[in-house]
Amino acid sequence: MNGAETAPRQERAKPEPPGYFEGESMTRRRAFTIAAQGLGGLAGAAIILPAVGFAVAPIFHRGKERWEAVGPVSDFVEDTYRQVVFTETEGIGDAGKTTAYVRRSSEELEEEPGKFVAVSNRCAHLGCPVRFVEAAGNFICPCHGGVYDFQGKRIGGPPVRPLDQFQTRVRNGQVELGPRYSVTSQLEPVRARDPGEFTGGIWEYLYPPRPSTFPPP
Amino acid sequence: MPKIPDSIVPAPLRKPAKPGQSAPKGPAPTDLKTSPPERPSHVERLGDQAKDAPADVLAWVDQRMGASGFLTGMLYRKVPKGTNWFYTLGSATLFAFIVQAVTGVFLAMFYTPSTTQAYASIAHINNDVPLGQFVHGMHKWGASVMVILIFLHMGRTFFFGAYKYPRELNWVIGVVLLILTMLMAFSGYLLPFDQRSFWASIVGININGTGPIVGPYLSDFLRAGPELGATTLSRFYAIHMLLVPGAIIALIGAHMYLVVKLGTTAPPWSKIDKPKIAAPLAQLDAGANGNGTGPANGASPSV
Repeated sequence: MNGAETAPRQERAKPEPPGYFEGESMTRRRAFTIAAQGLGGLAGAAIILPAVGFAVAPIFHRGKERWEAVGPVSDFVEDTYRQVVFTETEGIGDAGKTTAYVRRSSEELEEEPGKFVAVSNRCAHLGCPVRFVEAAGNFICPCHGGVYDFQGKRIGGPPVRPLDQFQTRVRNGQVELGPRYSVTSQLEPVRARDPGEFTGGIWEYLYPPRPSTFPPP
Repeated sequence: MPKIPDSIVPAPLRKPAKPGQSAPKGPAPTDLKTSPPERPSHVERLGDQAKDAPADVLAWVDQRMGASGFLTGMLYRKVPKGTNWFYTLGSATLFAFIVQAVTGVFLAMFYTPSTTQAYASIAHINNDVPLGQFVHGMHKWGASVMVILIFLHMGRTFFFGAYKYPRELNWVIGVVLLILTMLMAFSGYLLPFDQRSFWASIVGININGTGPIVGPYLSDFLRAGPELGATTLSRFYAIHMLLVPGAIIALIGAHMYLVVKLGTTAPPWSKIDKPKIAAPLAQLDAGANGNGTGPANGASPSV
């Protein structure tokens, strides 16, 4: 650009690009376009975000801890399980009930004495109900042939980890069952995982604990 | 609005006669002033007006909507030679969807999406409501029909090469429609809330949960909590009857728009695009061997 061309342009103060005032960074039209789109986006977000949050919120909500008595201490022995049915989710009738197999902790199995063990009947493969078979001393799943030993450790079939357990305590001579937790292959308690999810080691990161579950005992 | 008599409307503003109506019935009068044509009787005119009424109503609508050009283009579009029954699978899937939508609306009139009442309301539909079992059955079996048809339609598109340029976007939309259809099948399965629904949904949700990192949260989202609870059923119901159907209807619109805009493909075995220069010889050839698919080869010793 040479001086001969710039001089007359400055005299006329012709806006460049057209539509701009001298020194303006954008046209009226562009400013209003951006403002209208911004306000529209804001209004849209004000509607969409609460709706999405409403749908997603249950992921971050932990319900109230719930304990239920399932029978007097004398009902349970060391060498076999007693099947109990109790309510895990309130307000939905029978669909909220779940089955647990309860026994006293066994010194033979090197468990902490004086406690109660409550094994969930939820198969660690895909959540079918397993059954304790007295003669075999195993838990067996009817869906895909998962087999667990007396302690709930997987010994066959597709399950990825041992059976879940419930926290136990004794109140007024009654055994009470509390929140569910999962265990690693060494029966170390971790936060409850859904069936099909591995536990322990790197799996704790690949299947992260959900905020809706309770901390393990 | 009452029609203004033609006699008081100035000639340029009169409605032009429809083709065929202006043709004189008898011999044309030599002089209109001395011997005017016989006017039709009142009854005759009423009859004619009645006959024109449907066309007039449609014309009234079309004048304001301008849809006739679009509809004519859509309904009378050309289809390639060789179009056959396999090309009806898409329409069949659409029809299956319409059946699901209609029966679903009527099922919703009797169904209660509550964990304690859902099973009873389905039993009520099946046992007490007149034709309830029939409508429920149409919805239940129609779901399988729709899934089967959408796969057949997809197979047709794949094996006929109809997914290729410029129809890739329609293939993508079709795949999304397939996923949404599977989502419909999955969310609808829980609604009867019997033992099979319950456990199948448990297994389905847990399969979702096996996806690393997002899987556990997806499960919680589907169940609305760590366990299948009171809101799970209503959530599935809302997904099944509000969320996914809306998305399906919108995408079917886009899908069909692209079908009409891009046209359909000829089957892969039909060879209609021959070089123009060989056309006369090809016609000769076709005449000799009885079909249009013979080699367009001038040296063919077919004479």
